Amino acid sequence: MIELRDIHKTFGSNHVLRGVNLSIPKGSSMVIIGGSGTGKSVTLKCILGLVTPDQGQILVGGQNVEDVSRDAFLARFGMLFQGAALFDSIPVWQNVAFRLMRGALKRPKAEAREIAIEKLRRVGLKPEVADKFPAELSGGMQKRVGLARAIAADPEIIFFDEPTTGLDPIMSGVINDLIREIVTEMGATALTITHDMTSVRAIADNVAMLHDGVVKWTGAVNDMDTSGDPYVDQFIHGRAEGPIAAVR
Amino acid sequence: MTRFLASIGRAVLSALASVGSVALFALETVSHLFRPPFYGREFWHALIQIGWLSLPVVGLTAFFTGGALALQIFAGGSRYGAEAVVPSIVAIGMVRELGPVLGGLMVAARVASSIAAEIGTMKVTEQIDALVTLSTNPMKYLTLPRVLAATIAVPVLVAVGDSVGIMGGYLVGVNRLDFNSATYLKNTVDFLETWDITSGLFKGAAFGFIVATMGCYHGMQSGRGAQGVGAATKSAVVSASVLIFAANYILTELFFAA
Repeated sequence: MIELRDIHKTFGSNHVLRGVNLSIPKGSSMVIIGGSGTGKSVTLKCILGLVTPDQGQILVGGQNVEDVSRDAFLARFGMLFQGAALFDSIPVWQNVAFRLMRGALKRPKAEAREIAIEKLRRVGLKPEVADKFPAELSGGMQKRVGLARAIAADPEIIFFDEPTTGLDPIMSGVINDLIREIVTEMGATALTITHDMTSVRAIADNVAMLHDGVVKWTGAVNDMDTSGDPYVDQFIHGRAEGPIAAVR
Repeated sequence: MTRFLASIGRAVLSALASVGSVALFALETVSHLFRPPFYGREFWHALIQIGWLSLPVVGLTAFFTGGALALQIFAGGSRYGAEAVVPSIVAIGMVRELGPVLGGLMVAARVASSIAAEIGTMKVTEQIDALVTLSTNPMKYLTLPRVLAATIAVPVLVAVGDSVGIMGGYLVGVNRLDFNSATYLKNTVDFLETWDITSGLFKGAAFGFIVATMGCYHGMQSGRGAQGVGAATKSAVVSASVLIFAANYILTELFFAA
């Protein structure tokens, strides 16, 4: 479904991605793990076109992303941002229905609101939340609204950027369960970046370990503990000693 | 010596790069005016924020400026026995220069800062990226509505400011300087030409474009964190203010040079 071939990206003198190769099968849930500053977010932004790679190819559904219409390409995606990235100036339901109120997927306002409320219900939020503004919600509720927005247009592919960062363990568990349930019931292809190992075990079918701008190991989540890869071992056990420098 | 020259060269190149970057940003903004989709709701919202909500500050500034101008012209004119010129000079001064420039500066202080802070915060909190992933072009959704609204709203604010400023001068002239009310009004109307007024409105449109463009540009270029947004806000106000003065001189040369 999604294939990254030899992706390179440099910001100034910082060579962030040094040849990322990764394949994400259709309908599977891939989680990219790795320390801060290893290029996880840049990889994700390269796929979405928010950052242009210096070199390499990105294929989605067998098509090079550079050859397809940008709007049509993005219409296949949903994304949950790290801080939810809700628009402060509009109420929750309009955030959720944002894509349904403009552009190619535009619906009548009443229908868009109805879908938004249904998606909010799907992520465990009551209809009363719909007319509140994002600033009136807790961090966990904002994440759920972000999740509702990500699935509002029933996308084929959903990206989750650090979905549990800043949440308490219980809320993290709720978000992890929601992601797993939603991805399964929608049959969507999911790509998550995180360093929360609880999330990894809850969400992932497959795991990729990114370090120093390259994928050091990739495999099924069940094989992660027995991978034998020193980078993966150090990361999943949170050891200070190992090939990954503690101070980067 | 070489190092000194190199540092000057770097500064000049950096300044030229900034000018080019702003020019490209402005051109891209204008180009979206002719390419759908258009976001009418965002335009109306911006029009209210920039136009309607700036009325009090522009009106008060113009009122006190008109009053002070009347006092100054009277004091200066009395040295030559030319006190009678107060109504005409107040009117011409307000509509040609002070109305547009002060209106533009007040809008720069109020609007450029808020636009830069709002867009900068949106950038820092990934809301701009979120817009892109939702198939919405930030230049169309955020920049064009604000720039268009400011270009339309500021001339209207200038017109209101001109009227209020002239009224300020009138009130001071009649109540403080003992001008006859009817004579003051007649002198104001008689000496004012249509071009005096329309040139000021053209200036207002140019200043509105500058203010919103600089607010949006610096917001979009905002660095990370509170410091980045703060710096973007400051840059927006400073650059908008300086450009207003520069544009005012150029437009005055174009409109009134002999």
